[in-house]
Amino acid sequence: MSQPRGDASLIWAVRGLAVASGGIVLLIVAFLALEAIPALREVGLRRFFTDASWHPADGADRGAFNLVPMVAGTLTVATGAVLIATPLGIASALFCRFYAPGALGRAYRRLVELLAGIPSVVYGFWGLVVLTPLIRQWQPPGQSLLAGILILTVMILPTVALLSESSLRSIPAAYLRGATALGLSRWATIRGVALPAARSGIFTAVILATGRAVGETMAVLMVMGNIVQVPGSVFDPVRTLTANIALEMGYAMEVHRSALFVTGLMLMAIVVVLVAANARLGREGRRA
Amino acid sequence: MRDAPAPAVPSLPRGGTDWADRAVTAAVWSVALLFTGVFLWIVGDLVRHGLPHLSWGFLTDAPMDAGRAGGIAPILVSTFLIVGVCLAVSLPLGVGTAVFLAEFSRGESLPARLVRGSLDVLAGVPSIVFGLFGNALFSLYLGMGFSILSGGLTLACMVLPILIRSTEEGLRAVPDDYRKAAAALGLSRTATLWRILLPAATPGLVVGLVLGIGRALSETAALLFTSGYVARMPGSLLDSGRSLTVHIYDLAMNVPGGEANAYATAVVLVTLLLVINMLTFQIADRWLHRRITRT
Repeated sequence: MSQPRGDASLIWAVRGLAVASGGIVLLIVAFLALEAIPALREVGLRRFFTDASWHPADGADRGAFNLVPMVAGTLTVATGAVLIATPLGIASALFCRFYAPGALGRAYRRLVELLAGIPSVVYGFWGLVVLTPLIRQWQPPGQSLLAGILILTVMILPTVALLSESSLRSIPAAYLRGATALGLSRWATIRGVALPAARSGIFTAVILATGRAVGETMAVLMVMGNIVQVPGSVFDPVRTLTANIALEMGYAMEVHRSALFVTGLMLMAIVVVLVAANARLGREGRRA
Repeated sequence: MRDAPAPAVPSLPRGGTDWADRAVTAAVWSVALLFTGVFLWIVGDLVRHGLPHLSWGFLTDAPMDAGRAGGIAPILVSTFLIVGVCLAVSLPLGVGTAVFLAEFSRGESLPARLVRGSLDVLAGVPSIVFGLFGNALFSLYLGMGFSILSGGLTLACMVLPILIRSTEEGLRAVPDDYRKAAAALGLSRTATLWRILLPAATPGLVVGLVLGIGRALSETAALLFTSGYVARMPGSLLDSGRSLTVHIYDLAMNVPGGEANAYATAVVLVTLLLVINMLTFQIADRWLHRRITRT
């Protein structure tokens, strides 16, 4: 069959567009690396973990570039939020799928979708004006690791809930009928049949939520107080890697600016690891 | 597209008498109640504090006194311009890529796998990293400075994966019979694409569009260092322009006494997101309906 002449140009056009879309990630990594090189060369990766403090504005020689407090901040707030949001999100998915009567389940799902659509800056604002004053009454100063964990939990819960729910929905009906025929109770069916069958989808949900928690900027920036310190308790103010970029990009010059791009590369590396883990889980899920 | 028809699945037995079953039932219901409570708390708080400050003037006036008084007219304009730039760039890129993935490549071929993999990574990139990238590439390297153009282009990179995924799903949902019938009629693939596949895949495209607009409207961190903070009415796409989200952030964090207007702006933003969502779904439904009944 001969190809009409117009088709060749169409094929090349869509190929070109696909290459452009696929190339954006490379472009991002390239530009982050390009901007990070001065800091990596003049400061070196080691000093980002061994320096005494974070005073990057004084130049490569006299400044200090310790990122450990920010890394600790990011890890603790993300871990805390994921640990709370995972069981709550799965419970919420179970409610939608197995516990709520039909119409209520649909209404509840719509509500979760609405929560998922609220912009992070609105969550941050709400956290700043409502949540942190409440925590301040209990344990000053209010802007704290705890506030960050709570706000992030609310933000990633819809991700866990919606993805887990769609994974539960795709379980073959025969599994559930079989369990019912065996006389299993509702909880026994969920624990023994539904959750194991939906396992890989739920893992994916948790991984995506982790990525969102690590990368979230505005909400944590607004509720966590942004003091550079390794948190001693959940009531301490903390600064995350993302908040650090948002706070300092506005005035950072030279090595300082370059150091912020190093943290951008670190965040990028975390994302790549999470996506790779997810892809691997997906392959194993298909094989099982 | 909105609600997949529920599969015919038996509902599970209403729970037995043993204590574990009862405890889990109670726990699941209380989580749902807690979640609903938090939702009502957040939305109720926004409405209660935001609505009293809303008026027609708020939408048509320029901000005064660093945003404490006045309205948000230039900020609305900047926001729409940023989203417009974002869509103008991401739509052709996204639709083209989706057509490539769905129609002109085999799923397991290396180019398709590479594009898909890189889009997966792109979808997970934190928004602040997009901000760094946009600042380095568009603002500095390409010399656009802090401008609506830089911000819009940065957001275009960001919404691309969402747009591509749902357009691709829309194309895959078109029955193969359409393609075979078009081939049997001797239509070129170009004609098949423009006349049959893309119109039939419109619901997917529209859903992607809505999700993309939603993401673009909600974004803050990627805009801080690309489109900037300037709250004046933009004269061109090369002017800096403040988005609604950046306005909320600035009022909440940097302007003592800016809370009232931050609340009002948040209500405007959330309402905008809701309205766009509902409108577009309706249009998609009607459009698709007419299309099918006519052919």
